[in-house]
Amino acid sequence: MFNLVKYTIKRILQLIPVLLGVSLVVFLIMRVFSPDPAPVVLGQHASKAAMKAWRDAHGLNAPIVLQFLDFLKGALTGNFGNSYYTNQPVMNEIMARFPATIELAICSIILASILGILLGVTAAVKKNTAADFASTLVALIGVSMPIFWLGILLIILFSGVLRILPSGGRINPMLQPVGGTGFYIWDTLTSGDFEALGDTLRHLIMPTVSLSLYSMAIITRMTRSSMLDTLNQDYIRTARAKGISEHRVIKHHALRNAMIPVTTVIGLQFGSLLGGAVLTETVFAWPGIGSYTVECIQKSDFPVVQAVVLIIATIYVIVNLVVDLIYAFLDPRIKYSKEEG
Amino acid sequence: MNEIENAVAASPNEEFTDKPESIWRSMWDSLKQNRAAMVSLVFILLLVAIAVITSAFPQVLPHNPYEQSLTKTLLPPNSEYWFGTDQLGRDIFSRILIGTRVSLAVGVIAVAISLTFGIIFGSIAGYFGGKVDTVIMRIMDIMLSIPSILLAIAFMAALGQGIDKAVIAISLVAIPEYARIVRGEILSVKENDYVQAAKVVGNKDGRIIFHHILPNVLSSIIVRATLGISSAILDASALGFLGLGVQPPQAEWGDMLGRARNYIFQAPYTLIFPGLAISLTVLAFNLLGDGLRDALDPKSRQN
Repeated sequence: MFNLVKYTIKRILQLIPVLLGVSLVVFLIMRVFSPDPAPVVLGQHASKAAMKAWRDAHGLNAPIVLQFLDFLKGALTGNFGNSYYTNQPVMNEIMARFPATIELAICSIILASILGILLGVTAAVKKNTAADFASTLVALIGVSMPIFWLGILLIILFSGVLRILPSGGRINPMLQPVGGTGFYIWDTLTSGDFEALGDTLRHLIMPTVSLSLYSMAIITRMTRSSMLDTLNQDYIRTARAKGISEHRVIKHHALRNAMIPVTTVIGLQFGSLLGGAVLTETVFAWPGIGSYTVECIQKSDFPVVQAVVLIIATIYVIVNLVVDLIYAFLDPRIKYSKEEG
Repeated sequence: MNEIENAVAASPNEEFTDKPESIWRSMWDSLKQNRAAMVSLVFILLLVAIAVITSAFPQVLPHNPYEQSLTKTLLPPNSEYWFGTDQLGRDIFSRILIGTRVSLAVGVIAVAISLTFGIIFGSIAGYFGGKVDTVIMRIMDIMLSIPSILLAIAFMAALGQGIDKAVIAISLVAIPEYARIVRGEILSVKENDYVQAAKVVGNKDGRIIFHHILPNVLSSIIVRATLGISSAILDASALGFLGLGVQPPQAEWGDMLGRARNYIFQAPYTLIFPGLAISLTVLAFNLLGDGLRDALDPKSRQN
């Protein structure tokens, strides 16, 4: 147990250089290698003096090292400056959109995990049957189909042809919860507004399905191969030889052990979901940070982009850390060293 | 070292022939048994043929893929325009055919670039170990902690729009993955006797890496590269979809989807065929990559 604590502390300390590095990479891309934002923000026809004044006002004429230190200092205190366009603090802009993305990502990872594990286990247990073939096919389609195209197909079918689901947005504006956390499922549930809850869920279906397909495919593959590995182990043979029912062998002996590597994959997938949200949100006009980031990159709103990338990277490394710790906790064979690479 | 390698690769019944069966030969034999992989290979060769022929002889296309016609916008598929026409009245079928070249080129070039750098960084890190390893792999970790599509979009913001820049962005974000794989492979063969022997005889490090280690991990790199082409094509189509890919009027599948998006209910066929082209191409590279992996590793085939 002591080792686990030591391991945890060590891993948390390792995050610091990684996050510093991410800040540096983002800063280099946006502030050093990117073209001057002034003509984009002010328009091509703004005067030289106006551009210089604008750059001064936004600290872009300061020495680059100072700019970086300023950015780091801001990042530590949650102050990322103001958006070039709205002049609102970047943090406010992001927090207004963040719940939408997180709600979508959580729904997607839940759907992907449930379906992926079910398909993967079925495929492994009924190896070389139609069920196995079907799950392999789903996994293949999942990794081969662009998620934005899947979203488009869903819209064509369910909004265009069948007309049963809304093609975009998060909720009917008339039903939008006021105040609250910004997580509409939670807000509508706690306020008991079931009409709004229903509408929220109807809006969530297609974005969730299209965002989850890729991760579901990866989880299915991982579950299947991990389960097959486990089913070949001696202790499973022993359990079977003892006369334990096949159902019990699978549920109590194999599944638990097979799930250990799957948890890691699910954690990794959560990060890639946040990236995939960029595309899904664009397709479904989902008012989250993904579509907002694309918009801000296109109009050179650097403070926003820097903040978003840093925040997403932070979430990503923290989720991975948590997953690693769960993994270390579940699997006593892990030695708390760095040899896993 | 060649003798050792050949002795390992030779199967017992061919022990006395002059040219023992190579690893490539046995890989091919085993790949031939895999129907899905073979169909994919044929499909990919067909795509290559389409890309070459439409580039060299654009007159074979049923219509000029760039010719706009205001009287023929958004026509549904018919006998003259097999996949219909787009919002500017251009033939979608011809645009998909001519777009094959862009997608294949992006996939292959991006993988070639990221593979080259991945091999360089991965080999150095794995072979020398110690501080060099730590520094290189930490940088790779940093890149891996930013979702790749987000990183690629950020690079595009810095580089500016254009398909050449998209290729660079896609290659950059894929380097860490290759570096990791190469490093892992190198670590696994580094301690083998033949590498140690090569060291003892006084070979230079560069020679050991390129002549003694890399050839032995080449097969697994090829598998990764094949699968890498499919993700490069997917990433390129995503950038195209977001409007960060080719410049108009060039045809690229993802870009076609992005521009036709406003006509989703009016003309759904403008969005179906380009997406199908991306999916089938990516699927083919995935199936071929899986087939190559199974052919190299009989253990995974049994699963």
